[in-house]
Amino acid sequence: METPILEVEDLSIHYRGAPQPAVRNVSFTLGRERLGIVGESGSGKSTVGRALLKLLPTADITAKRLQFGETDLLNATEKQMLDIRGNRMSMILQDPKFSLNPIRRCGEQIAEAYLTHFRCSKREAKERALAMLEAVQIRDPHLVYNRYPHEVSGGMGQRIMIAMMLLAEPRLVIADEPTSALDVTVRLEVLKILDDLVREKGIGLIMISHDLNLVRNFCDRVLIMYAGRVVETLNAAELDRAQHPYTRGLLAAQPRIGGNRQPLPVLDRRPEWSQPMEGTA
Amino acid sequence: MRNPRWLSAALNQASTILVTLLGLLVLTFVIGRIMPVDPVRAIVGEEATREVYENVYHQLGLDKPMWEQFLFYLRDVATLDFGTSLRTGQPVLDDILHVLPATIELATFAILIGAGIGIPLGVLAAVKKDRWQDHAIRVFSLMGHSMPIFWTGMIGLLVFYAALGWVGGAGRMSQFYIGLVPDRTGFLLIDSALAGEWEVFRSAVNHLILPASLLGYSSSAYITRMTRSFMLDQINQEYVTTARVKGLSERKTIWSHAFGNIKVQLVTIVALAYGALLEGAVLIETVFAWPGFGQYLTSTLRMGDMNALMTCVLLVGVIFIALNLLSDLLYRVFDPRTR
Repeated sequence: METPILEVEDLSIHYRGAPQPAVRNVSFTLGRERLGIVGESGSGKSTVGRALLKLLPTADITAKRLQFGETDLLNATEKQMLDIRGNRMSMILQDPKFSLNPIRRCGEQIAEAYLTHFRCSKREAKERALAMLEAVQIRDPHLVYNRYPHEVSGGMGQRIMIAMMLLAEPRLVIADEPTSALDVTVRLEVLKILDDLVREKGIGLIMISHDLNLVRNFCDRVLIMYAGRVVETLNAAELDRAQHPYTRGLLAAQPRIGGNRQPLPVLDRRPEWSQPMEGTA
Repeated sequence: MRNPRWLSAALNQASTILVTLLGLLVLTFVIGRIMPVDPVRAIVGEEATREVYENVYHQLGLDKPMWEQFLFYLRDVATLDFGTSLRTGQPVLDDILHVLPATIELATFAILIGAGIGIPLGVLAAVKKDRWQDHAIRVFSLMGHSMPIFWTGMIGLLVFYAALGWVGGAGRMSQFYIGLVPDRTGFLLIDSALAGEWEVFRSAVNHLILPASLLGYSSSAYITRMTRSFMLDQINQEYVTTARVKGLSERKTIWSHAFGNIKVQLVTIVALAYGALLEGAVLIETVFAWPGFGQYLTSTLRMGDMNALMTCVLLVGVIFIALNLLSDLLYRVFDPRTR
């Protein structure tokens, strides 16, 4: 395997004032691939994403190793992080209704991502933003550039978000539930755009989601998290051969079109799964 | 497509103002009727004969039905005829135009100081929530809020005028300069600048700075607290996270993203604070012998000077309507969603 983009070893995150750490001893490496992190609400998957960008001012982050390219994220200063965020590592947030600034034009918000990291004229940044809008398959980029966030649809808003976060061509993009706020009909469309761009530009992707089927189709590898711990790591294609009872429970609880109409099984949760297991991590 | 929507919004606004104004006029009219002051007796005096009394009673139209009297009142207001002040014997309008500029001058500087201190401190307090900066700002603004203004006024005069001699004392300028500058706008700073009398200008600034600072400090307390809470609401929004993810510095995140979203709310509270200052900083005007609206209003109240009093109430109402209109217009500037 080529040199990994990201190496995480024994990452633990403890929100100050919380009785228990939100994330415990998570380890994984990421190459130029698409890694899915799956888990139920509160499993710590989003926290992992935000910790990588060091966006958790109220949490203590500890790890044996947190290497991003040449940068040791654990000891990186805020100044170094400013250079990394949006430039080498970025994040697509969940709901464009809330993640875009309501009083600034969409286009300006995209161009700002470029202006922050590259010395260039406003005009050039605008050209780049327009080109990027085209790349996320917006038919009339000039029109959308001048729209305010409340004037675009959810699917459009998420494409704007993707354009904003991929504009500086980062090496790693974290997509935090990128489609869960969208209508089912546009979900696949938006995912396809994201997927195409990520492959084309050779960007590493971490897809955080609670949707096992989605992750199975769009990722190479899947991390299953439960109560702040990784319980199993699998190739997406081998998901059906999962060993861990929690993963198997998740799989069994997926509804299927054309499946039988019996009630879906209720997910079994056992406290011992949140304890470290032999042979993993 | 855009124009009619804009137009209908303007019409809507205009009708709201009209209704409010009408309500206000009813209120002042009623005040004029129910006050235990006999307007006829006030004019003719205690010694007048019954004949004279009834003559004036008839002249004032008090024998007409209420609704007719109200229409007369409306006509008078529409022609800017507010009657004569019993106290000064001058037309009320002239009196008010004479005292209002002094108060506007004071209130404007005070609100500039208040917002200039309050807004940055409020933002800082929100960004540094629960840290020492936040606590220090809380103490500072609580002091501004709780110290009575007449007391700070007197202490301010004792320290900065009497002891240190940094600022001017009572009044709008030194006694020495009174009458030196022709009264064109009533705004002393403008008049003296127009006349090229820079000595007078300096004297006016010297006299203005202390009362304006004290008023500004006391209104900054409220502005600080409100700014802090508006800002705290914004800081946890997702778009702020987006700005951080883009790699924007903390400073840029706060000022060019979060701050823009509290402008609408800030406009409202600053406009209200300004209105309160215009309505008459009675106490500070008394302490500083400031010949402004607040002093005028209190003396009309004490004298039962009905014409003047009704006009003052009307004016305060109009000021608030105007400020509300202004803040509505500013909403449209600051928030694209309201356009």
